Amino acid sequence: MKKFLIPLGLFLGLVIFLAVGLNRDPREIPSPLVGKPAPAFSLNTLDANAAKFGPQDMKGKVWMLNVWATWCVACREEHPVLVAFPKANQLPIVGLSYKEVQPQDEPAGKKFSPEEKLQFARDRSALWLKRHGNPYVLSAMDLDGRVGIDYGVYGVPETYVIDKEGVIRYKRVGVVTPELLQSTILPLVQKLNAS
Amino acid sequence: MNLQSVFLKCVFVASWLLLSCLAPLQAKEAALLAEDPVLEKRLIHISEELRCLVCQNESLASSRAELANDLREEVRKLIREDKSDSQIKEYLVTRYGDFVLYKPEVKPLTWVLWFGPFLLLVLAILGMAYYLRQRQGAQSGRPALSDEDRRKVQEILKSGDVP
Repeated sequence: MKKFLIPLGLFLGLVIFLAVGLNRDPREIPSPLVGKPAPAFSLNTLDANAAKFGPQDMKGKVWMLNVWATWCVACREEHPVLVAFPKANQLPIVGLSYKEVQPQDEPAGKKFSPEEKLQFARDRSALWLKRHGNPYVLSAMDLDGRVGIDYGVYGVPETYVIDKEGVIRYKRVGVVTPELLQSTILPLVQKLNAS
Repeated sequence: MNLQSVFLKCVFVASWLLLSCLAPLQAKEAALLAEDPVLEKRLIHISEELRCLVCQNESLASSRAELANDLREEVRKLIREDKSDSQIKEYLVTRYGDFVLYKPEVKPLTWVLWFGPFLLLVLAILGMAYYLRQRQGAQSGRPALSDEDRRKVQEILKSGDVP
């Protein structure tokens, strides 16, 4: 046997391990929520005249929950993809406006009251959606980020696909790209709609 | 001379501004700690073993990310609700997965993680033992010198004395 093959083999093994490890996105953490029922909540929405919204309102439909905020830079990249999303796909997108009001938004030395906070968030979100287009059937306002914690949100944007029984089927951390929509999300939605 | 005094004044004003900016922040931190030292101690103890998901190589205790702040507040709430350490960790694991634990649970999925290094060590020791035995075998297998050989060597060495 040729002796030099042993260190060479070990080295190649190391290279393969490193190549795989370094090419993985460390932000992509497998979510324990996939396959579990979507956590319940009841939140005000962007529309001041509408009733509160909860995931139970979407029972019987396959839908997408998209976590966003006007201060989120990556959302600007993702937003046109969601807006251009053909209506024919029969996939309602619900927005979850995550911690829209940031500490620096409040006037110096003053804290917003909950009502002021909600008003501020509604005004700014509505303006932003008017400018960039509105892909959402409605947008729930998670002002303190509590619902975000239940959904394991750690970076905006995040996207969930939820089935007719209210079970989370897919989670994406980061921007939804047209490729991702075509290759993963749409086939999944079609499968879920058929069942 | 004049310029120097102006410069000194500027330094003085700047440092005063800086201090007056920092003061309220420090006061806030101190107040939080003083509120309930036992709770804070437990919070630090728990959150040191939890990972901040935004800045992944920092613990929840040391991270200054906003999400870490929220999660610490969440842990405080759970401590006040008299939850045990393992219940609190479970709470975070159901939301963020095993990845939040710096010290992952020992279960079939993490066996490679926990025992892999020891397995490698055992393999390395076995490999080395095998290698050393082979080398020793090779040395003992070398032909011994016969008396005839020794006599020849002596002869050559002696003749080599005189150049």
